[in-house]
Formats: sequence, C-alpha cells, structure tokens
Amino acid sequence: MLDFLQLVIAGLATGAIYALAAIGFTLLWQTSQTINFAQGEFVMLPAFFALASMKWLGLPFWLSALIAIAASMLVLGVMFKFIVVDPLIKQGVLPLVISTIGLSIFLKDGVKDVYSAEAQPFPSIIPDTIVSILGVKVSLAQLGVLAIATATILLLNWLLAGTRTGRQMQATAQNPTVARILGVNVERMILYTFLINAALAAMASLLISPIYLAKFSSGETLGLAAFVAAIVGGFNQVRGAIVGGLVVGVMDNLAAVYVSTAYRQAVPLVLLVLIILFRPQGLIGRREERAV
Amino acid sequence: MSKLGSLKLPLLILAIVLLVLLPADLTGMGLPWPGLKRYGIYILSLWLVTAIAAMGVNLIVGYAGQETLAQAAFLGIGAFTTALLTKAGIPFFLAFLASGVLAFIVGVLLGFPALRVQKQYLAFVTLAFSVFAWLVIRNEDWLTGGVSGMAVDRPVILGLSFKPALTFYWFTLAVTALLTFAMWWLLASPWGRAFTALRENPIRAESLGIDVRDYTLLAFAIGSGYGGFAGALYAPLVEFIDPAPFALAPSLLYLLMVVVGGAGSFIGPFIGAGVAVLLPEWLRFAEDYYLVIYAAMVIALMAFCPTGIVGLIERLLTPRRRPHADDKGPALSEAKP
Repeated sequence: MLDFLQLVIAGLATGAIYALAAIGFTLLWQTSQTINFAQGEFVMLPAFFALASMKWLGLPFWLSALIAIAASMLVLGVMFKFIVVDPLIKQGVLPLVISTIGLSIFLKDGVKDVYSAEAQPFPSIIPDTIVSILGVKVSLAQLGVLAIATATILLLNWLLAGTRTGRQMQATAQNPTVARILGVNVERMILYTFLINAALAAMASLLISPIYLAKFSSGETLGLAAFVAAIVGGFNQVRGAIVGGLVVGVMDNLAAVYVSTAYRQAVPLVLLVLIILFRPQGLIGRREERAV
Repeated sequence: MSKLGSLKLPLLILAIVLLVLLPADLTGMGLPWPGLKRYGIYILSLWLVTAIAAMGVNLIVGYAGQETLAQAAFLGIGAFTTALLTKAGIPFFLAFLASGVLAFIVGVLLGFPALRVQKQYLAFVTLAFSVFAWLVIRNEDWLTGGVSGMAVDRPVILGLSFKPALTFYWFTLAVTALLTFAMWWLLASPWGRAFTALRENPIRAESLGIDVRDYTLLAFAIGSGYGGFAGALYAPLVEFIDPAPFALAPSLLYLLMVVVGGAGSFIGPFIGAGVAVLLPEWLRFAEDYYLVIYAAMVIALMAFCPTGIVGLIERLLTPRRRPHADDKGPALSEAKP
C-alpha cells in the first residue's frame, strides 16, 4: 500500500509535467487550429538549450534555465508561428499537419547532429533527497516538480481567467470572428498562445529532463503522453488536459511496476482506445462541436 | 493532365520496359549498357517495396483524407509474418497473402474505434500503435529475435530460387506491377470512385448515400494491407530484420514521402518513394544532416506547393493557368469559424 502511494506520487509528478505539455497543445489547437505533432520535440528541445548554454557559454544552471525558457519562446513560439504555421495554415489542415511532423524530424535530428545522440544527465532544480512523510518515502524532487507544475498551472489559470488579456485570449479561442468584432486583437492573442505554449513546453522540459534524462528521441514518448493526455481529458479544454496528464502519469508509473517495465510505453495506446470506445468526449470534456 | 492523358499508355509501356531492362546486362544483346551493380539493384528493389507501402499511405492520405503514422509498423507486421511463416515451411505465396491480410485486420481493429470519434483521432491512435508495435517487436525475443533481429531467406517459388539480386528484383517488380494494377482497378471501380467523391466533396458524397466512415475505415485497412504486402517483400529483400525500420520515425517518413510526391495523385507515391530512397544517396555529403535538410525541404514544399512534386510538375506544364481565387485563403484566425 505504501509502495502504491509512492508510485501514485511519482505518477502525479510526471503527470503534472505531461499536463503542462498537454495544456499547451490544447491551447494551440483551440486558438489556432494547429495540431502540433512536434509537441513532444517542443518538450525535448528546451533542455538542450539549457545544456548548450551551460556547456558552450559556461553559464550557471539557473541562468541557463532562464535562457532556455526565453530561447524556447523565441524559437518554438515566435519563429514557429511566423515561419511554419502562418504560411502553412493557408494551405489547409493536411499541409500544416505534415509540416509539424516535418518539424518534429527537423528538431529531433537537429539536436542529435548538433548536440549529441547520447542521453544527457540534466541537473535537477530540487535535490533528490528522500524524505519520509507518515511512513511514505517521498522524493523531495518529485514533490518539487509537483509544486512547480501546480504553480505554473495556477499562474496560467490566473492569466487566462483573471486578466483582461487572458479573457481576450479565451474569446479568441471560442469565436475569433465575434472576438474581432468586439475589438479583440485576435492576431496578437494567437501570438500570445504560441508564446504560452512554448513557455509551458520549456517548463515541462526543465522538469522532466532530470527524471528521464535529456535525449533527442525522448520527444516521441513525451509527445504521445501529451496527445493522449489532451484526448483523455477532453480535447477542447484546459482542465481536461490537466486531468488527462495526471491520469496518464499515474497509470504510466503503476503499469511500470504492476504490469511490465517493457510495456509501460504501451499505456497511452490502451488508455486512448479505452477512452475512444467508452468516453469519446474525454473524461471531463464536452462533445466536440468542431467539424475538423 | 489533359496533355499527358493521350500519352499515358505509351509512357506506361516505356516505363515498364525501362524498369525491366534497367538493371540487366544488355551487352550480350549488343547494347552498350552493362546493367546495374548489386547495390544499384538493391536500391531499385527498395524503391519498389517503398512505393508499395507509399501507395497504401496515398490511399489513406490522398483519397480518404486521414493521416497514418504507423505504416512502418504495418510493414513490420508483414515482414515478421512472412519471415516466421516461411521459416515454418509455409510457401512464400501464402505467407505473402497472410502478411497483407493480417495488416488489413489490424487496420480494421485500429481504425474502427478511432474513426468513430473525430478525424484527427486516427493519427493519434496510429501514433500510439506505432510505439506499441515497436515495443512488441523489441521485447518479444522468442518470436521476433528482439533487438538482435532475425535472418530471412529469399523465397524459392515452384523450384525457382529468387536468391540472386536481379531475379528478386524482377520478382519484386512483378508484384509491384500487380499491386499497382489492383490499386488502379480499385480506384477506377465504382466503389473506388466513391473515394474521389469523398475527397472532392464529403458533404455531397454523404448526401448521395456514401457512408463516409465505412469508406474511410476500408481505405485505412486496405492502405495498411499494402503496408503488410510491402513488409512481406522487404524482409526477403534485406534478408535481415530487426525493430529499427519498423519504428515511429520511418512511419513518419512514409507519410512525408507520399505528401512530397503528391497525395491523391496516382504516381505521387512512386515519385515520393524515389525521393525518399535516393535522397540519402544524393545527400551523402551532408552525412547525418540529410534528415534535417529533408525535413526543411518538406516544410518549404508544403508552404509553396502542398500538392507535392506532382503538383509542381503540373504547375510547370500548365504555366498559363491563373491561380485559383481561393489560393489566398482565409485569414489565420478565421480558417475554421
């Protein structure tokens, strides 16, 4: 039972990270109809920004982490929007989807060729000491991850619901035409969404890399976890992505112990098929009203 | 295309004759063509096998409007089915059929739940399946040999050995021609025309009594079956199979090559497969960077000509055609109101 609790806490920690990636994915989908198949690579890349800044510029970790977030917002936010999405969305859904898949290969092999094909150890923000709370051994790093991810989500929630800009972003997501009539700068709101997605991906990257190491190919599993989290929760809302992320994280950790380590990566498929068969609108989602 | 239309049959015959003779040594017939070396024949055979898989992807992407991220996994199903069955003494012909049929069945099982919900869900289900299939191939050592892989023999059919590279190439060419004809027949049949109707105008197609979901599911299953057939040829071609060529990354490449060639065009997959097979050879100087270059080229191609290389050629052949009014497209935010 105590083992079980430990696993659940570890699962919540990784799940909270998946949730960050899934929220960004959902936001992007809602506001700009961009299904980002490179989302996993978006989570893989920022860790390498930090590693490169430490290795090549000799900067300390905390500064490198900040640089990683800033670089992500520039590359995965601004550049992604203006170089990939804006020219491609005019061509339709399929060319855009293909381009994000192309981008995922570009980023993955780019990191492999430029930095390294080996998995890189990544410094943890919180030291990995084990503390005992009521007999349950808990890793401080996991609690830290959970706390930071929760704080990020709360901050985002405040940004979206508590500020004028955030409400304008929500309006843009719900109905861009009406939002524009009401005087919302729709283009700017879409750009903000891309920036938020990039920042969330960078946070996820900095949190997950100490756990699973930073590797060029880790985007495959991270992306899958994020997509499945978004679908499990309900494709069309941020709350769903949080629930979905936590569910995927916990199931993932439980399956590794109770089913088989070799097949823990199969959890997303099982979850995906179950959800599609029995609750296609997602755990807390509404029925999808969009046609695409 | 109208200009090309009348030339289609002679061009096709010319292409077949060229493909048959290209790798052969013709000096005995008095022609100054020594044929291709072993590696050249291998590349040509690989192109054919890749084209079969790409034809399947084209049916799914170009005609049914879905994305499949698991074609390599279906190749894996075909490759291991053929390898295991022929090892058990079952004739290659039957193993080949079983490969396609098994891939078809798995396609139905995956596509059925996915297509119940929403268009993009098939992409995610195939993505997850891709990871799952790779895990099975890697982990089930007793069946697949795991990471150390397994050797595959080239088939002996009716006492005729297909061990020599050239003989196996001709065999592959014959099978490819057969499958290409089957695909052409499928798309030209009334049943297949429904696909085109679906692509051109899904709402009207549905109003005419075409069940969009059933057709999409069948297209996905048949396309996956072509992946299985391609795998059945791939295994004896390379004579050794391990998990790597059936992972997610090659699946993505199958999808990209079809779009690069021209999704929804009949010869698009052949062009796309040619590019995908030859590009690593052409970009030798770029070493590992070739995938990075390829990916960047794909994005650029999508931005300037989403109909792929076939569309690019058509555009060059008909220079006076005015651009469509809808080329400008709606603004970003209003793309889907």
